Amino acid sequence: MKIRSLALAASLAAIGMTSAVTSTAAFAQAKEQFFPVLVYRTGAYAANGNPWANGYIDYLKLVNANGGVNGVKISFEECEFGYATDRGVECYERLKGKGATVFQPLSTGVTFALTDKAPVDKIPLVTAGYGRSESQDGSVFTWNFPLLGTYWVAADVAIQHIGKQAGGLDKLKGKKIALVYHDSPFGKEPIPMLQERAKMHGFELILLPVAHPGVEQKATWLQIRQNRPDNVLLWGWGVMNSTALKEAQATGFPREKMLGVWWAGAEPDVKDVAAGAKGYQALTLQHSAEPNSKVVKDMLEKVHAKGQGTGAKEEVGSVLYMRGLISSMVAVEGVRKAQERYGKGKVMTGEQVRWGLENLNLDQKTLDAMGFAGVMRPVQTSCLDHMGSSWVRVQTWDGSKWVPGTDWYQADDKLLRGMVLTASRKYAEEKKITPRTPEQCKQ
Amino acid sequence: MAFFLETLIGGLMAGMLYSLVALGFVLIYKASGVFNFAQGAMVLFAALAMARFSEWFNAALGGDSLLVANILAFIAAGGVMFVVAWVIERLALRNLVNQEGATLLMATLGITYVLEGVGQTIFGSEIYNIDVGMPKDPVMMFENVFEGGILINKEDFIAALVAACLVAALSIFFQKTSTGRALRAVADDHQAALSIGIPLNRIWVIVWCVAGVVALVAGIIWGSKLGVQFSLATVALRALPVVILGGLTSVPGAIIGGLIIGVGEKLSEVFLGPYVGGGIEIWFAYMLALVFLLFRPQGLFGEKIIDRV
Amino acid sequence: MIYRENGQFKTSYGADQQIFPIAQDRWAVIAIIAFAFVGVPLLADEYMFRAILIPFLILSLAALGVNLLVGYCGQITLGAGAFMAIGAYAAYNFLIRVDGMPLLAALLLGGLTSAAMGIIFGIPSLRVRGLYLAVATLAAQFFWDWAFLRIKWFTNDSSSGSVSVSNLDFFGWNVDAPAEKYLFCLGMLVVFGFLAKNLTRASIGRQWMAIRDMDVAAEVIGIRPMWAKLSAFAVSSFFVGVAGAMWGFVHLGSWEPAAFSVDRSFQLLFMVIIGGLGSIVGSFFGAAFIVVLPIFLNQFLPVLGRLVGISISTAAVSHAELIIFGALIVFFLIVEPHGLARLWATSKEKLRLWPFPH
Repeated sequence: MKIRSLALAASLAAIGMTSAVTSTAAFAQAKEQFFPVLVYRTGAYAANGNPWANGYIDYLKLVNANGGVNGVKISFEECEFGYATDRGVECYERLKGKGATVFQPLSTGVTFALTDKAPVDKIPLVTAGYGRSESQDGSVFTWNFPLLGTYWVAADVAIQHIGKQAGGLDKLKGKKIALVYHDSPFGKEPIPMLQERAKMHGFELILLPVAHPGVEQKATWLQIRQNRPDNVLLWGWGVMNSTALKEAQATGFPREKMLGVWWAGAEPDVKDVAAGAKGYQALTLQHSAEPNSKVVKDMLEKVHAKGQGTGAKEEVGSVLYMRGLISSMVAVEGVRKAQERYGKGKVMTGEQVRWGLENLNLDQKTLDAMGFAGVMRPVQTSCLDHMGSSWVRVQTWDGSKWVPGTDWYQADDKLLRGMVLTASRKYAEEKKITPRTPEQCKQ
Repeated sequence: MAFFLETLIGGLMAGMLYSLVALGFVLIYKASGVFNFAQGAMVLFAALAMARFSEWFNAALGGDSLLVANILAFIAAGGVMFVVAWVIERLALRNLVNQEGATLLMATLGITYVLEGVGQTIFGSEIYNIDVGMPKDPVMMFENVFEGGILINKEDFIAALVAACLVAALSIFFQKTSTGRALRAVADDHQAALSIGIPLNRIWVIVWCVAGVVALVAGIIWGSKLGVQFSLATVALRALPVVILGGLTSVPGAIIGGLIIGVGEKLSEVFLGPYVGGGIEIWFAYMLALVFLLFRPQGLFGEKIIDRV
Repeated sequence: MIYRENGQFKTSYGADQQIFPIAQDRWAVIAIIAFAFVGVPLLADEYMFRAILIPFLILSLAALGVNLLVGYCGQITLGAGAFMAIGAYAAYNFLIRVDGMPLLAALLLGGLTSAAMGIIFGIPSLRVRGLYLAVATLAAQFFWDWAFLRIKWFTNDSSSGSVSVSNLDFFGWNVDAPAEKYLFCLGMLVVFGFLAKNLTRASIGRQWMAIRDMDVAAEVIGIRPMWAKLSAFAVSSFFVGVAGAMWGFVHLGSWEPAAFSVDRSFQLLFMVIIGGLGSIVGSFFGAAFIVVLPIFLNQFLPVLGRLVGISISTAAVSHAELIIFGALIVFFLIVEPHGLARLWATSKEKLRLWPFPH
């Protein structure tokens, strides 16, 4: 009994030490730009979270191998949150204290939770390819940067692509398009845009929610059998995607008629369906799998060859790895841009990085020089447009690898802008935010 | 009509898979009074073991005999489940005898976390594949009876058959073998069983092993259908309404309950779902179980509760 | 030696029945509360407030509510997360749909809505018992998860289904800074803590306990099971609902139904069982254990790894976190099935006799 109570006392005392650990760990890093990395390497979405995180960190290592950002080295720390919003917020608070200047949560839920906190803490929030679509309007969402694309862009391009396949958007009239979506803010984001497009072109939109984590979809695909939609849009994340493809195979729905969002178009989603997913198409956030790009070759040579790679070598260049890498790149470029104005070779603050991200201007020449030739198109942000580009390609799974399409799409700017402005004004009104005027933007 | 039948059959086959998981719950509850929430984690653990062993053996054998690799992997994974069962009994259950139901439930939740952690540490947290040669493509039947025919998923069909065989085998095991009789004796009355010389601890290990093997079969079937990954553990939540509907102590209850829940949730989702926006199948299953419970508080085949002061 | 009640004579019924009959206890509680109100805000930094203290306080309140139902009335629930969600969404709707609704009123109305729903979902408890009831309460959990995702009215037609609240105004006091939020939560918790303590000492609490110990016997001596069980569901859901509203309003600020998923329900039940069934103070211990332990492990393990000279990957850390967390839970249940509260009580007993053990 004595040993037991001792053990109990010891474990209780150990818990008491938490505060000590947290406060001692929170020392400030001097002369290094600190990048917090929120990851999920465990739990339901680990298979997709891993390559993203590895790409993100590998790129930071590559920047360091190349001498840092104008000499400023980058330090980083991972924080595991398992795709749970409250743990994500805890991670944010923890890493914020260590001098974080830019956050990328890779979770729409955490993005929503942090949107209100970021302006208070003066830390920009980069959500490349996810997050809230209306945060494109930088005059209201000063601290949010949904760089490269939002779900409304994805939804818009998806309809454009389906229209093109059908031989013109006017051919969509009377057609049925089913949206199979993850039942969460992430999955619901595209719905307003799709409804708008449905009204414009007269197709019928069938909404089929799938509950987290999405391993039970039999009923969903029975409904697809019943309704016989012409196309299925897949808006899933993690295991939901591969399950959907397997169910499509099991119910005989043609995979060629399925189009996934960019989070449903990576190797973990299709790998174990392999030949069964042949012909399945997915949008890309500009890039597809890019094993032959220059930046990947640099990575293998300067990071992985020295044994410093974060993940497996085979994974380098895969879709989600590239997504993490590019997310990391735009954040680093934000810092670089900020240094142009606030002093090269200095460590930037959150506010300065925000300015850098808002004035990002990556033209094709710069991108090519960095090794992104053929991977990306130019990105230019401004106060009104925190997204910077809406280029999208469509890739196809050939049974063993992703093959990027040659056509580049762009979201319909007029439609998108109108919706973004309506939504962001509504948000501004709710939160009593006065949108920044063009003069304020210049500061 | 054809579509209705198709949904019905789909529901029955999904239900068969639920009962496979539910069976694990019932076995352990019957023999030790533990509501084993870790059953889902055991399914995940077993499936992970199976997938990785199969991969490793296949590589070791030079990749030319998948069947041999699978059989070896099955044996190895069965061995792993035996060890898991033994460890759980030894370290946790033996020390928790005579605790309240809620405490035991929480202890198995604790075991769930341990299994999830250990499983991912040993076997990794990516998506893995179990290839036991299940056919993936659908087949159309009764095309001359109904217009368009009825689509039957061959994989589900085989899975349902395997589940049925397993249930039959288990009932023979329970009825005809001496170990099975001992198990039933323990289930009826621990103390009486103990007094006629049945070793309780060994019986518990056996029952957890059997539950482990059931988890392994469920894991292989689900894993081959969905891919082996973390979310496999959540099938436990789908099987819960099945167990309480059928009765916590009844093996046939698990089967019938599974079929009712499977059919109920598919029919509701397909035919009621569109009117309320869809996604209702999870709570519908629970509501269905709840309605049954209001009429029979001990489940369909559960032992009658007798109140004594 | 110090902790002894010798010489404290009670001269009235009131003195005999007070919450803390021993003077040292009384002073200790007052000291702890005073320290929490004055000392902690001076000492804690923002991370402590936002990541540890505020979640701890709010989840303590929720655990308190669950303990009233599970620990005092003996009705196991796995649906507590749903009632947190009801509280949060109801309070949100009261706040935005009624002009000039004060924050406190919105929180309490959220709690009351949750209580009403608690009564409805408590009805099966009249027929169903034990583990069957536990699983039946999951029906509430999944139903409300679905309802808040699907019924747009609840989320004020927000396209993503995520809602947010800001500018908390408590009778002119703008609850904004982390320390202010902490004080607000602490104030609520103290009020509700005393409320719960007094409820359990009153006739209603005694009825619950009679039902818990043996419901047929309780019925025989004239306690109405329906009234007792449903009142327990209502009061428990009220506490949990207020906690849910605070979780949404004060801690998260912006939330989606996933914040109140079934995992939250399990977490709350863990707190109650680890902390001690049927113990008010146990709820606080349980909440502290469950909130702090994973965060602690997550930060402590890499430090430990560095000490012995190995760097542990993030994945390994979180797997180890799971394993240790699960193992500790099993360990605690084995060593002390009555929870941390019992350990506390035992150590108090020992302290009373110290330094002479017999």
